[in-house]
Amino acid sequence: MTNIPETGRTPRVQIRLIILQILVLSLLLTLGGRLWYLQVRNGDEYADEANGNHVQRVVQPAVRGSILDARGVPLADNETRLVVSASRTELMKMKDDGEAVLTRLAEVLGMTPKDVADKVRLCNAETPQPCWNGSPYQPIPITDEATPKQALQIRERAEDFPGITAEPTAVRRYTAPGSARTSQVLGYLSPVTDEEIQGAKDTDSPYLRSDQVGRSGLERTYDKQLRGKAGVTAYEVDKLGRVMRQTQAEPAQPGANVVTSIDAQVQRVAEYELNEAMKAARKEFDDNTGMNYKADSGAVVVMESKTGRIVSMASQPDYDPNAWVGGISGKDYTKLTSKKSNYPLLNRAIQGQAAPGSIFKVIPTTAAVNAGYEFNGRYPCPSSYSIGGQVFKNFESQGHGSITLGQALEVSCDTVYYSLAHQQWQKDGGNKPRKSAKDWFYKTAHQFGLGQETGIDLPNEVTGRVPDRQWKKDYWAANKDAWCKQGKKSGDYAERIAYENCLEGMKMRAGDSVNYSIGQGDTLVTPIQMATIYAALSNGGTLYDPTVGKAIISPDGKRTEEIKPKAHGKLPMNAKTHDLINDALAGVATRGTAAWRFGGWPQDKIPMHAKTGTAEVYGKQTTSWFATYTKDYTIVMTIAQGGTGSGASGPAVRKIYDAMYGLDAEGNQDLKKALLPKPQSSLPKIETDGSIDVPKIKPYEPNKEKPPAQQELAAGLAPVNPGRRD
Amino acid sequence: MGGFSVSGYGPERTTMSKLFARDSIARRLDWPMLLATLALSVIGSALVYSATRNRTELVGDDPYAYLLKHLLNIGIGIGLMIGTVWLGHRTLRTAVPILYGVSVFLVLLVLTPLGTTINGAHAWLDLGGLSLQPSEFVKVTIILGMAMLLAARVDAGDREHPDHRTVMQALGLAAVPIMITMLMPDLGSVMVMAMIVLGVLLASGASNRWILGLLGTGAAGALAIWQLGVLDDYQIARFAAFANPALDPSGVGYNTNQARIAIGSGGLTGSGLGNGSQTTGQFVPEQQTDFIFTVAGEELGFLGAGLIILLLGVVLWRACRIARGTTELYGTIVAAGIIAWFAFQAFENIGMCLGIMPVAGLPLPFVSYGGTSMFAVWIAIGLLQSIRVQRPMSA
Repeated sequence: MTNIPETGRTPRVQIRLIILQILVLSLLLTLGGRLWYLQVRNGDEYADEANGNHVQRVVQPAVRGSILDARGVPLADNETRLVVSASRTELMKMKDDGEAVLTRLAEVLGMTPKDVADKVRLCNAETPQPCWNGSPYQPIPITDEATPKQALQIRERAEDFPGITAEPTAVRRYTAPGSARTSQVLGYLSPVTDEEIQGAKDTDSPYLRSDQVGRSGLERTYDKQLRGKAGVTAYEVDKLGRVMRQTQAEPAQPGANVVTSIDAQVQRVAEYELNEAMKAARKEFDDNTGMNYKADSGAVVVMESKTGRIVSMASQPDYDPNAWVGGISGKDYTKLTSKKSNYPLLNRAIQGQAAPGSIFKVIPTTAAVNAGYEFNGRYPCPSSYSIGGQVFKNFESQGHGSITLGQALEVSCDTVYYSLAHQQWQKDGGNKPRKSAKDWFYKTAHQFGLGQETGIDLPNEVTGRVPDRQWKKDYWAANKDAWCKQGKKSGDYAERIAYENCLEGMKMRAGDSVNYSIGQGDTLVTPIQMATIYAALSNGGTLYDPTVGKAIISPDGKRTEEIKPKAHGKLPMNAKTHDLINDALAGVATRGTAAWRFGGWPQDKIPMHAKTGTAEVYGKQTTSWFATYTKDYTIVMTIAQGGTGSGASGPAVRKIYDAMYGLDAEGNQDLKKALLPKPQSSLPKIETDGSIDVPKIKPYEPNKEKPPAQQELAAGLAPVNPGRRD
Repeated sequence: MGGFSVSGYGPERTTMSKLFARDSIARRLDWPMLLATLALSVIGSALVYSATRNRTELVGDDPYAYLLKHLLNIGIGIGLMIGTVWLGHRTLRTAVPILYGVSVFLVLLVLTPLGTTINGAHAWLDLGGLSLQPSEFVKVTIILGMAMLLAARVDAGDREHPDHRTVMQALGLAAVPIMITMLMPDLGSVMVMAMIVLGVLLASGASNRWILGLLGTGAAGALAIWQLGVLDDYQIARFAAFANPALDPSGVGYNTNQARIAIGSGGLTGSGLGNGSQTTGQFVPEQQTDFIFTVAGEELGFLGAGLIILLLGVVLWRACRIARGTTELYGTIVAAGIIAWFAFQAFENIGMCLGIMPVAGLPLPFVSYGGTSMFAVWIAIGLLQSIRVQRPMSA
């Protein structure tokens, strides 16, 4: 033992033992560090993951709120239907991707296997409708019109239909009370997309996979209020999916009801009369084009003058909104989006824009007064006005001598406005505009709210266009390349115009100004803009944001949130001018261009004001415009390729007023028959159980008597050639 | 359980006082280590109970079934420890050839039809309802056998360090059961045994060349195993899942992923014993055995799981003191072998739960459910205690 130290070991062993100890210590420290990292540093993250792991959520969709008319008549509500759905994830697990199952299903449902297969395919860039654009993990509805017998067959033979369910489900129903479709105003729903779920993930109203989302109209604007909150029951499950306990149960909260200012009965009248007017126009011969009027689209807006609330809004062509319920079929979708059907999904009251023609003239009248012209001054109304060899004719080439601005409105004399606009154009520097150009006629149009949205509570409203200097410059910059390429100095009409535009399209020319002054040329307006303006003339000058939604009422009727009228401007005129214009527009209805449509109207009881318009559209037939108002209501109607204002739209507007006020053709008022003699001020009452005391809807029976126009003609009161006067 | 000292002598009080008299065995026992192992056993029992109480497919109607079996195993383990201390490691030294022979025989038996496969590892002996994992005993006998060979001439004072011939003999002794275990295949045990060999060689004072050579062989061997396809598919998959846990999270990577989620969700203080949703939902497999640390992590949090690591640290630290405190090389080597065993097995077991080591079926010493492993670690504690008790009084 001589070499061995007292501890019994050599230094080598001692060192090795220390190394071993250090190794052991570092291993333990590694574990401790990693444990700290997982549990303390990233613990929350893993806790979330653990939650997602063992919590299964069962979602009960909330019942969507109803859309009601001003008196509580449901325009859109829900009904229970038997919905047959297919789970894509289940089908994809099968060898043939579920083809056999779907074929059997098609047989039971009486559909073709292709129709069924199309419904469950996923939408992508190359796949046309029908296809499923919701989540692939959600059951895809095949039909919501299964009969109880079909549902039973599917349920009883569950082994033949793996992945197929047949459940009673609340689905949207557009009730069309009294045949009023209100299609474009109501809008429609379709399944939520993945992007939308992602986008709304962190907001206060996230989407569920099974949600339907409002895509247009009121369904879209008030989607958040209507949708409610889905009920979620969370179960803690084990690895095998066995439920261990229920951890959370939030009952579904049904969506709130949206009360609109729409009156279902007036809506029905408006829709019916618009359609009738268009049908009638198609029977009229157009001398200019040598064929009957096409009357391919039209719109009418009935507005409460003092609030901007929409009483009815119709747009033709329209469609049955129920086509969207339960997933739209391929045929229906093609029909709704094709050129042939002329795009019935468009709400032409807010999305159709056209030159306003003479209903625009209240604007140049105001502009002239603001520019310093006396309202009651004398202005020559020759049959035509020429600028540098170019002749601008009066409508029907009629002259009226020297008249006031009010009379110019009444008889709709174009040459008065030509001359005033030309003078102002020259004052502003003509072809070499001054920097301080006043641009009264354009400024005033902007002040009337043109060229911008009215702010109506419906999506995708368009702005129209005021063709002012800035617009000309922008438009030229955007189009000059095309114009300069196409333009020929001595080509056909289009080529010459392009040539001219290429050279000086950025300039405001005398002709542009003159055309603009009577609402022609590049001017574009929407029916809702003109309704807002004429309502402002009726109510003393306030431009209201039009609203369809009037109140949001909770499903139990306990909480009511009113949607108050909001103004976005005042008409730029003093009270005196306002009165004079009102008088002139009353004159239009009694003596002027619209008089022949208001024969027998009780003007002393219900003062009527009107303005007609017939706008020319290059390459098309004229657009008919008719703008009217009483103390309480404003009605604006337009028919594209429909003829003159009073001719095509006049009778329909008159009939809508008759129905609302309860007037017969002679102007006798029967308040019992009146649908809405005064705007509906109170809100419908919703009981705590959600039921609503709904008034009975009377179907509209149009006046079968001779239309007043013909009566007037027969009475010899109408001036010559009444169909062409605007 | 009565007799550390010679029993059957006087009343209880006298026995107790003798037991704790100065220089008595009880006084010289390493109490911190003993208390740490007992604490680990208590925690382990609680975790085993939590992990099995509502698993009716395992425990039937009696939620305590596994707990009771586990407590019985601990009892037997403690009995084995006491027996080991009582016999003393020096006495056992003479019996090493027999113990080694028996353990290798048992391991060989696993390869016969007597062997059964549990969790992909053909490492078990089914002896009429009693399942034994002989490789656990082999860990002990490799340590004892190698220590006997390596220390023989040094302790006799012939040499300062073991010579090459002796080292080769010792390696050969270890190689036989390691090869057999590899054939099972029980890769986890093979890795532990390799670490034991390394620890033993380190402490024996064998030349550095042997240590380095062994490390090199280990690396080359691992590569060869990988390349030659000795491993089963499931073993390769486990390693692949370790390298990339996102790989197939519902398949191979599932276990490691769920284990990490369980531990991570425990946070600082845990969800409380019996309240872990990952545990009660059985998202983590083998929760009472290999993955028991996840139960600790989820239900006891950082404080509880950290305590387990700390207690293992106490055991290992005391073992290191024992290794350095004894005068004989034999005791030093045995202690070092046990340190290498415990340290690596604990690191591998906890490390795989934490996602820093690949999955290998190894129990956590003193904590996991499992009889053979429980017996083996308590015998090892007995050996360590014996080395401490029997060291010269001057130390």
